[in-house]
Amino acid sequence: MGWAFSLRLMAAEDVLSLAALVMILLIAWLGDRSARAMTWLAVLAIAGSALFVIPDLTSGAMGPGVSGFYGQYSADAFASFAKILIDISAIASLLVAPAFFARVAGGMRPEYPLLLLLAVLGMGLMVSATNLITLYIGLELNSLASYVLAAMLRSDERSAEAGLKYFVLGALASGILLFGMSLVYGFAGSVDFLGLRAALHGPVAVGAIFGITFMFAGLAFKISAVPFHMWTPDVYEGAPTPVTTFFATAAKTAALAMTMRVALMAFGREVHAWQQVVIFAALASIIVGALGAIGQTNIKRLLAYSSINNVGFILIGLACATPGGAAAMLTYMAIYVAMSVGSFLVVLMMKDETGEPVESIADLAGLSRHRKVLALCFAMVMFALAGIPPLFGFWGKFVVFQAAVSAGLVPLAAIGIAASVIGAFYYLKIVKIMYFDEPAMRITGKSDALHQAILLLSAVAISPLGYLATKWLAGVSYAAATGLFAVG
Amino acid sequence: MDIGLAHYLSLAAILFTIGVAGIILNHKNIIIILMSVELILLSVNINLVAFSTFAGDLTGQVFALLILTVAAAEAAIGLAILVAYYRNRGSIAVEDINALKG
Repeated sequence: MGWAFSLRLMAAEDVLSLAALVMILLIAWLGDRSARAMTWLAVLAIAGSALFVIPDLTSGAMGPGVSGFYGQYSADAFASFAKILIDISAIASLLVAPAFFARVAGGMRPEYPLLLLLAVLGMGLMVSATNLITLYIGLELNSLASYVLAAMLRSDERSAEAGLKYFVLGALASGILLFGMSLVYGFAGSVDFLGLRAALHGPVAVGAIFGITFMFAGLAFKISAVPFHMWTPDVYEGAPTPVTTFFATAAKTAALAMTMRVALMAFGREVHAWQQVVIFAALASIIVGALGAIGQTNIKRLLAYSSINNVGFILIGLACATPGGAAAMLTYMAIYVAMSVGSFLVVLMMKDETGEPVESIADLAGLSRHRKVLALCFAMVMFALAGIPPLFGFWGKFVVFQAAVSAGLVPLAAIGIAASVIGAFYYLKIVKIMYFDEPAMRITGKSDALHQAILLLSAVAISPLGYLATKWLAGVSYAAATGLFAVG
Repeated sequence: MDIGLAHYLSLAAILFTIGVAGIILNHKNIIIILMSVELILLSVNINLVAFSTFAGDLTGQVFALLILTVAAAEAAIGLAILVAYYRNRGSIAVEDINALKG
C-alpha cells in the first residue's frame, strides 16, 4: 500500500486539484473574460473526476483495497455514491450560472467556477475521510470556499450579508465540531474512525460522551438540522440563486454523508450515545421546517424551510442505525437532489421583462395561464416534495418510514407521517396560487435554453418514470450503506 | 499543587465557553465575533496539546498545527467578507445586520 496506490485511489480528487491549480493560473492570466471558458473547464474537470468515481460504486476501481494514506482515506461504494450526487449537483450549479450572472450582475466572474471546484474537492475529501483530521481539512476547504461563494455578488447588500452570516455561524459550527473532536481524541485515544470504533463500545468515559454530543451539534449546523438551522433561510435567500442551488444540493449531500460516516462508522458501536439526539433533531427539523415555511413570502426562504424539513426525514434513517436505515437515507438523498435542482431551476427562471429576478410567492399567481410548462414543472416539484404519489418524491419518504418501522421506531415514523401532512399544506398552497389565483403577470422574462433543459431532466427524474429505477437505486444504496457497517 | 490534565481541560472548557458566549451575547461589533471564533479554536488547541502530552501520542500536536493553519485562512476570509459587507452597508454593528429576516 504505497503512495502511488493511495494517489491512484483518490484519482477523483487528484483531477480536481490539478484542474483547480491550472484554473488559478489561467484566471490570473486571462482575467474576467475567461469566465465562460472556466465554467466549461470546471464542468469537464468534475465530469472527469466522476468517471474515476463511478466504478467504485459496484466493484471498486482498485479491487478490494479501498483504504489509502494509512487508513485516512477510503474510496468505498458509500463515498462513490455521495460523490456522484455531489458531482451532478455541482455540474447543474455550474451550468446555470453564466446566464444568471450575466443578467443580474452584468457579467460572471471567473472565481465562481474556481471556488465551486475547490468546494467540490473539499466535499470529496469530507465523504471519503476515515480520520478526524482528514475530515476537518475537507470540511474547511469546502466551508471556506462556500463562504466566499455566498458573498459572490459583492455589490449586493443581501449577498454580502448572507456571506457574513454563513461565515460567522459556519465558523462557530466548525469550532464546536473541533471541540468535540478534541474530547473524543483525548478520551478514546485515536483520531482514526476504525480506532474510534474499536475504542468506543460498552461503558465509555463521560468525556467521550461529551465529545460525541459536541460533534453532533457541529454536524447538525452543517446539515442545517433544528436546533441549529437558523442560518439556513437567511443564507439561502441572500446568496445568488446558483450558489443557493449548490448549497441545497451538493453541500447538503456532502454534510449528510459525512455525518453518516461519523455516526455509523466511528461511533457505530456506541449508538445509544447519539440515537436520542438524532431522533430529537429529526422530529424537530420536520416540524420546524413545516411550520416555519407557512408564513413565508419569499420563494427562496420557503425552499430553505423545505430543505430543513427534508433533512428531518433523512435523519429518521440515521436514527435507525441499521443498514436498511442508511440505505434509505441514500435513496432519499438521491431523490432530494433531483427535487432540489428542479425547484431552484424554477426560481432561476422566475424573472420579469427586464431579466430582474422575481422572488415573491405572490408573483407566482396565475402562472399557469401564461407559462404553462414552467407552472407544470413547478407543480410537479411541489407534489414530489410533499411526497404525494405517483411522483417519485413519495418513494423517498416511503423507504425512510419503512426502515424506521422495521428498526422498531414506530412512534418516530408515525409522527413523521403526521408532520408531512402539515408540510403538504404549503406545497399545495403554491400549486393553488399558480393555478387558481388571478394572474399577476410579472414573470414574463424569456427562459434560457440550458435552464429549460436541466429543469426538464430533473422533472423527468422525479416523474413516475423514476419508479423504473427503484430496484437499481435500492441495490446500489444498500451496497453503499453496508460498507459502513462491515468494518471492524 | 501539581498541574494535571484536568487543569488544562478546565482552562480549555472555560475559554470555549467565553468564546461561544462572545458570539451569542455580543451586540456591538463583528470584529469581536471574529476574536471569539479564534478563542474557540485556541481552546481546542489547548485540549489537543494537553491530551497529546499526557498520552504520549503525537497525533494531537499535528492536529493542533493544522488547526492553526486553517484558523489563519479562516480569519483572512472572514475579514475579506467583512470588508465587502462594510463597503455596501457602511457599518459593522451586529444590530445592523438585518436585511435578511422573516
